[in-house]
Amino acid sequence: MTPHMLTRSLDRGAAIFLTIVAACGILIPLSNLLLPAGSFLQVPTYLVALWGKYVCYAILALAIDLIWGYCGILSLGHGAFFALGGYAMGMYLMRQIGTRGVYGNPILPDFMVFLNYSKLPWTWYGFDMFWFAALMVLFVPGLLAFCFGWLAFRSRVTGVYLSIITQAMTYALLLAFFRNDFGFGGNNGLTDFKDILGFNVQAEGTRAALFTLSCLALILAFLICRSVVSSKLGKVLIAIRDAESRSRFLGYRVESYKLFVFTLSACMAGVAGALYVPQVGIINPSEFAPGNSIEAVIWVAVGGRGTLVGAALGAIVVNYAKTFFTSGVLAPYWLFMLGAMFILVTLLLPKGIVGTFNAWREQSKEKRSVSTVSAAAEDGITEPKMAE
Amino acid sequence: MIAFALPAFAGPFEDAVAKFANDDYSDTEEAIGVVASSGNKLAFPIISALQDGRLMADPDTKKVYVTGTDGKSIDAATGEAVASVPDSASAVRLNNRLRRSVDAALGGLTLQSPDLGARLQAAQSVFKSHEETALEPVEGALAKETNKSVKTALSEARAAILLFKSDATEVQKLEAVATIKARGDQDALALLSDIGTDQPASVAKAATSAIGSIQNTLAVWSTVQNAWYGLSLGSVLLLAAIGLAITFGVMGVINMAHGEMVMIGAYTTFVVQEVIRTRYPALFDYSLLIAVPLAFLVAGAIGVLIERSIIRFLYGRPLETLLATWGLSLVLQQAVRTMFGPTNREVGNPSWMSGAFELGQITITYNRLWILCFTLAVFAILLAMLRYSAIGLEMRAVTQNRRMAASMGIATSRVDALTFGLGSGIAGIAGVALSQIDNVSPNLGQSYIIDSFMVVVFGGVGNLWGTLVGAFTLGIANKFLEPVAGAVLGKIAILVLIILFIQKRPRGLFALKGRAVEA
Repeated sequence: MTPHMLTRSLDRGAAIFLTIVAACGILIPLSNLLLPAGSFLQVPTYLVALWGKYVCYAILALAIDLIWGYCGILSLGHGAFFALGGYAMGMYLMRQIGTRGVYGNPILPDFMVFLNYSKLPWTWYGFDMFWFAALMVLFVPGLLAFCFGWLAFRSRVTGVYLSIITQAMTYALLLAFFRNDFGFGGNNGLTDFKDILGFNVQAEGTRAALFTLSCLALILAFLICRSVVSSKLGKVLIAIRDAESRSRFLGYRVESYKLFVFTLSACMAGVAGALYVPQVGIINPSEFAPGNSIEAVIWVAVGGRGTLVGAALGAIVVNYAKTFFTSGVLAPYWLFMLGAMFILVTLLLPKGIVGTFNAWREQSKEKRSVSTVSAAAEDGITEPKMAE
Repeated sequence: MIAFALPAFAGPFEDAVAKFANDDYSDTEEAIGVVASSGNKLAFPIISALQDGRLMADPDTKKVYVTGTDGKSIDAATGEAVASVPDSASAVRLNNRLRRSVDAALGGLTLQSPDLGARLQAAQSVFKSHEETALEPVEGALAKETNKSVKTALSEARAAILLFKSDATEVQKLEAVATIKARGDQDALALLSDIGTDQPASVAKAATSAIGSIQNTLAVWSTVQNAWYGLSLGSVLLLAAIGLAITFGVMGVINMAHGEMVMIGAYTTFVVQEVIRTRYPALFDYSLLIAVPLAFLVAGAIGVLIERSIIRFLYGRPLETLLATWGLSLVLQQAVRTMFGPTNREVGNPSWMSGAFELGQITITYNRLWILCFTLAVFAILLAMLRYSAIGLEMRAVTQNRRMAASMGIATSRVDALTFGLGSGIAGIAGVALSQIDNVSPNLGQSYIIDSFMVVVFGGVGNLWGTLVGAFTLGIANKFLEPVAGAVLGKIAILVLIILFIQKRPRGLFALKGRAVEA
C-alpha cells in the first residue's frame, strides 16, 4: 500500500518539477527577448545567464545524487568531471576565436602564442569541430570515471576511502591544470570566447538559447536518472547502498552496477560543465578545487539525498542564497552561513528539504490509513502492518 | 727626481709604495707583489684599499694615501694619519689583470690573519682563483698554521695552484690531484674539469679518475640531501597527520576541520608572540615553549566542544560527519579571518631555531632539525600515553569494543570527547611547529588536510606506526621525485601513486586484521 502511494506522490512531484523547468525554459527567454527592456515582466540578460548557471549546477547535483543518494558512493571529486566537460567545451570555443585573438594566430589560441608554442598540441586536435567537442564532453569525463571506478570498485574501495581518493583525484587534476606547460591555459584557464556554432556568445539570443538548452538538458538528465532509479537496476543500486555485502552474496556483481552508474553520473557532470562554460564565459583550474566538489555535495544534502527533485532544488536554492548573500552587506557572513548549513542540515535535516517533506506527507497519510485499519479491526478484520 | 728626496731610511717597501703613484700598470703590479710579500703591517690596508678604489696617489709628490672607509686617511708609506688627501691625488687605476693580482695578493695577506674565519675564507678564495703568485704566501701560511680545518683548506689551495702551475713537477701535480680529489665537492669538480689539455698524460688520467670518483661522492651526497629533505617533509606531514591518526584512525571520525585545528595552534603562537613582544620582550626565545601547551589546550578545548556539540550525534554516519566537519572548517576559517584579518601574520623564529650548519656537503637548517626532533618527541609521548596511561587504556578499549568497554564501567562518551580533544590538541601543537616554516594565514589548515588524509589512509587507519611510516615514505618519495619530475609533477605523481596503492591495499600499509575492520 505505502510504497505505491510513495511512488505516486513522487511522480506527481516529478511532474510538477518538470513542468516548472519546462515553463522556465520557454518563458524566461521569451520574456527576455520579446518584452521591452526595463519592463516589469522582462527578465534582464544577466539574470538569464545567472539562472542558466544554476540550471547547470542542478544537473551536476542530479549526477551526484544518482550515485550518492541511490548507490551510496560519495564522490568528493565530481567537480573534476564537471570541469573536464567544461574544458572540452572551452577548447572548442577557443578554436572558434581564430584570427580575432590578440595575436591573430589562425590556429593557436592566444595563450599558446604567448607561451611560444610552435604548433598545436595533439590534445587540441579536432576541437575546431563542434561534434567532436560535444563527443569529448561525454567521453573524457566518462573515460576518467570508468578507469577510476574500474580500479576502485573492483578492489572494493568503499565509503570514506573512496571519498578521499576522489578528492585526491580532483586535487591532482587541479595541480596539473595549473601548470602552464600542461597545455590548457595554465592558471588563467580559457576565456575571451567569441562564437559558438557561429553565434556570438555574448548576444542576448545566444544566451537565451543556451538557457533553454540547459533546461532541456536538466529535463533530460532528470528523466534519465528517473528511469535508472525506478528500473530494476535502480532497485539493485539501492540494495547496494543499504547492504553492499548482502547484495554481493545474493549474486549481483556490485562493481559492475557501481561502475555503470558512476560513469553515467560523470558524463552528466561533463554535460553540465559544457553548458556552464559558454554561459559564464570562462573555465579555469579553480573549478577543480576540492572545495567546489564538496560544496556540490551539500546542495544535494540540503535538497534531499535520494530524491531527484530535491537534488536539483537544493542546487538552485543554495546557489540562489549564495548569490543573494555574497552580493550584499552580508558578504563576510556567507561562509559562516554556508558552514552552518553543512552542520545544521546534517544534524537536523538528514533527509534534506524534499526528503523531510515526503516523510511528513507519508506520516500523515499513514496516520489516516492507521485510523481506517483500526476501524476495520473493530469489524473483526485484521491486516498485518507492513514493516518498513 | 723627487723619489730621491725621500728620507734615507726608505726601504724596498716604501719604494714600492711610491710606484703606485706612477700610474703605470706594470709598476703597479710590481708594487703589489713587493708590498704583499713585505710582511709590513700596512700591506693589508694598502692592498684592500687598492681593491676598493680607496688608494689615492698624488703623481706630483709621489705620495700615496689610504682613505679609510670611515673617511680618515693615512700615508701609505709610513702609516701616519694625514689631515686630508691633496686634491691632485686620484685613485690608483686597475685593469682586469691587476685586479686578479690584487685578489691573489689579498688572499695571501689574509691567509695569516688572526681571525680563523678570515683565514679559512682566504684559503678558499685562493683555492678558487689558484693564482700562481699566491703559492708563496700559501706555503708560508701552511707552515705556521695550527688549526686543522684551515690547514686542510690551505693544502687544498696549494694543490690547486700547483695543478695549474706550468712548471710544477709531475709528482707534485699527482699529489695535488689526490688532495683535490679528497676534497670531493662541486668546486673540486669544477677545478679538475678545467685543468686543460697541456697536462702530462699521467696527470690527465689521474684527474679523469678523480672526476669520476668525485661525481660518485657528489651523487651520494645529493642522495643524502634528498633523504634529509624527505625526512624534513615527512616530519611536517607526520606532525600534521598525527592528530588525524587519532580522530580518523582511532575514532573513525572524518574530521575535515582537522586542518583548522592546526591553524588555531599557529594563531595561538602568533598571539603568544604578540603578547611577549609588547610586554616581555626578554622572553621571546621561550615563546614557542609557552605556545606549545597553550595551543594544546586551546585546540583541545575546541575539539572537545566540537565533539560534544556536533560529532557525537553523527557516530556511525561517517559521510555525514565529513560534511558537517567541512562546514565547521569553513566557519572556523571565516571566524579567524574576521578576528585576525585575511593576510599572513608574522610569526618569528626564536634565536635557537634560526640559522643552519653544514654537515659534510649538505646544509641543515635548525628549524627543520628541531621540527623533526619535536615531531618524533610528540609521536613518542602520544604512543606512550596510549600504551601506558589509564586514559590511553580506556581509549583503546572503547575503540576496540565500545559495548564491552561500557559494560566494564568506562564512561564511553567521556572517553570519546577526550579522544577527540587529544587529536585536536595534537593538531594545535603541530600548528605551533608549522608556524615556523609556513605562512600563518586562515588558509593554513586547508593546505595540509589532503596531505594528512593521504598519510593516514596510506599508512593504514587505526595504526599510529602506519602513520609514521606513511608520512616518512611519502615525504622521502616526494623529495626523490622532485629533482626528476619537478615539484608539481612530483606531487601529482605521488597522489596518483596513492590512488593506485589504495586499489591494491584498500586498508592501507598496516591494516588492522580481523573482523573489527568490517564494522
